[in-house]
Amino acid sequence: MKYTLKNVSLPNGDRTNVVVSGELISAIGQSTEGEVIDCTNLMVLPGLVDLHTHLREPGKEDSETVLSGSQSAVMGGFTAVSAMANTSPVADTAGVVEQVFRLGKEAGLCAVYPVGAVTVGLAGERLAELGAMADSAAQVRVFSDDGKCVSDPLVMRRALEYVKSFNGVIAQHAQDPRLTEHAQMNEGEVSSRLGLSGWPAVAEEAIIARDILLADHVKSRLHICHLTTKGGVELVRWAKSQGINVTAEVTPHHLLLTDDLVESYDPVYKVNPPLRTSQDVMALRAGLADGTIDIVATDHAPHPAEEKECEWSAASFGMLGLETALSVVAKTMVSEGLMSWEDVVRVMSTNPARIGGYARQGQQILVGSPANLTVINPTESWSVDKEKLLSKSRNTPFHGHVLPVKVVHTIFEGVIVVKDGKLTGKKHE
Amino acid sequence: MKNQLLSINDLSHEDVIAILATATQLEKITTGPTKKLPTLRGRTVVNLFFEDSTRTRISFETAAKRLSADVINFSAKGSSVSKGESLKDTAQTLQAMGADAVVIRHGSSGAAQRLADSGWINATVINAGDGTHEHPTQALLDAYTISKRFPDNNRDFSSLKIAIVGDILHSRVARSNVLLLTMMGAKVTLIAPPTLLPVGVEKWPVNISYDLDAELESFDVVMMLRIQLERMSNYYFPSEREYARRYGLNETRLKRMKKNSIVMHPGPMNRGLEISAASADSARSVIIDQVGNGVVTRMAVLYLLLGGATLSEVLS
Repeated sequence: MKYTLKNVSLPNGDRTNVVVSGELISAIGQSTEGEVIDCTNLMVLPGLVDLHTHLREPGKEDSETVLSGSQSAVMGGFTAVSAMANTSPVADTAGVVEQVFRLGKEAGLCAVYPVGAVTVGLAGERLAELGAMADSAAQVRVFSDDGKCVSDPLVMRRALEYVKSFNGVIAQHAQDPRLTEHAQMNEGEVSSRLGLSGWPAVAEEAIIARDILLADHVKSRLHICHLTTKGGVELVRWAKSQGINVTAEVTPHHLLLTDDLVESYDPVYKVNPPLRTSQDVMALRAGLADGTIDIVATDHAPHPAEEKECEWSAASFGMLGLETALSVVAKTMVSEGLMSWEDVVRVMSTNPARIGGYARQGQQILVGSPANLTVINPTESWSVDKEKLLSKSRNTPFHGHVLPVKVVHTIFEGVIVVKDGKLTGKKHE
Repeated sequence: MKNQLLSINDLSHEDVIAILATATQLEKITTGPTKKLPTLRGRTVVNLFFEDSTRTRISFETAAKRLSADVINFSAKGSSVSKGESLKDTAQTLQAMGADAVVIRHGSSGAAQRLADSGWINATVINAGDGTHEHPTQALLDAYTISKRFPDNNRDFSSLKIAIVGDILHSRVARSNVLLLTMMGAKVTLIAPPTLLPVGVEKWPVNISYDLDAELESFDVVMMLRIQLERMSNYYFPSEREYARRYGLNETRLKRMKKNSIVMHPGPMNRGLEISAASADSARSVIIDQVGNGVVTRMAVLYLLLGGATLSEVLS
């Protein structure tokens, strides 16, 4: 199969034709081959890579499945997602990660990289068989107890040390459990008014600081999931200045939304870590722009209606993210003049692929690169309608928002899986 | 006036004055030979209590019955998906039964607002205490009690200094009272150990003190809050005895209080902990008045929200 993306803009603004043959980019320049797809006014990016995705399968198939999550991902322009380990059963053995890996292959819409649990059952007590998961067909390199923090400092130290043998990385959900018992939202002026138990910034920052020092001590790789506070940005900035091998992510929702939205008591705004203050949002944007924060990751967390249609404290934590991520980044960073499209490529494709060790993802648009591509219309805006999302769940905080940038085509290993904003088919029919 | 009462923020100063004036009128009428008014005949008021609170429920029930409303008590223990019926299902059930007003008490902050905003039910929603958020009718009855004790002020509290003492962090009574009493002009001081003050309290329009003794002589009103004994296990304070010594209203402190000043407590009291028996039963104590005033204040709220007639009609 051959086709040409004709007259398409590259992230640096140059216009050209990109020819795809089979699974690879075969030519860039003036020539056209095969089917010609007119991309005037469109821009091609390396396929987006999400390092933090909850696909819920196995165990919570009413919220999302690997297939529905893959569909949601490609609609959002992602060609790779990382399936978090907090499924039921937990992805803490080679068997479960291989199952998720196989489900991803069967869905065939994008690459699905399972994340392995750090500890058995996410209990934070005994290390899971990290080596077995690394050696499995899924070749796991990213390990995380996300949803829970590896709070025991000794367990964290050992995990960081152990994964060095296969160049793994520990992705930490930084949340001191004792400081966040019954926590419902960011602790501050709003929580004090609303009478909701606080989730203080210090509970996140204390773990980040500790883990940075541990990573330095054992000379291993640490990744901080979903940074949300100004103080956390400062800590990561300091760590990088010391040459410590730490990377950090921010979610799209933490780049846009603030804790005063909780005044509605609508649990669609309930998320962990919680929405913070506008000061934190500004620090996160600055940190992302200057490279302190390496990547944007969605923390796509689907939940069924009944887990959000209830009183605040009974509701589950989490928000959808895959189908709105690029638009929110465009709104908060590109439209605000903080980042270029090349920067977006860096934080949503190149860097996450590098951190995860995803060899066929995040490549530059060059002849010979795998054809994992996202074609967008950078000047078209759209109104988010939760009923039209491809996720099985509806818990987007952006319902009704008008956001910039539409994903037009998504290309996975040469196959056009989304064409003109519609799902077409999977890679291997 | 809005047709719901979820927070003191739902009320303007004018609304508050109207509620207190209506309560005064209703108190005059109901202490006369005919205790009962036909105003809400044919209307259904549901007391939806997810949390036990006999005194608040009885107070609302009495208020609704004196206005001739039909009252249904719906005690829904537990909440959320895991523990029995969800708030949504309960609300839709009450909607189907044709409730005109729902008085809700719930252990989760924001539950009343959730009920009102969700579209599950059309009834007027009245918050009878939601988690650690608000308890607006308690604040209204407290304001009514204060205005009766200081009649010369004519419902203007700007010359009054009011202390609220105790577990501010977990108190819905404190939150509603701070909003209401400052709206009425009072100078409010919150007195508590730092562990029982919320982070961010410095942004509230109040003074903060850690020391009950510092300005005790200057307060016109000292409002003591209930201390939940389970707070001790969460390190909020070292022991009951230490709390009582530092923040309890004992006889020594009672004697130091200003002439004509009053002692309040929303109940139920822990005698010997936050308040000594002598203080609770002293001439300064208006704790029993608060209970009686609760009924007429809640009558006024039900009356004005369910709007059988206009305020001028009831006043004439």
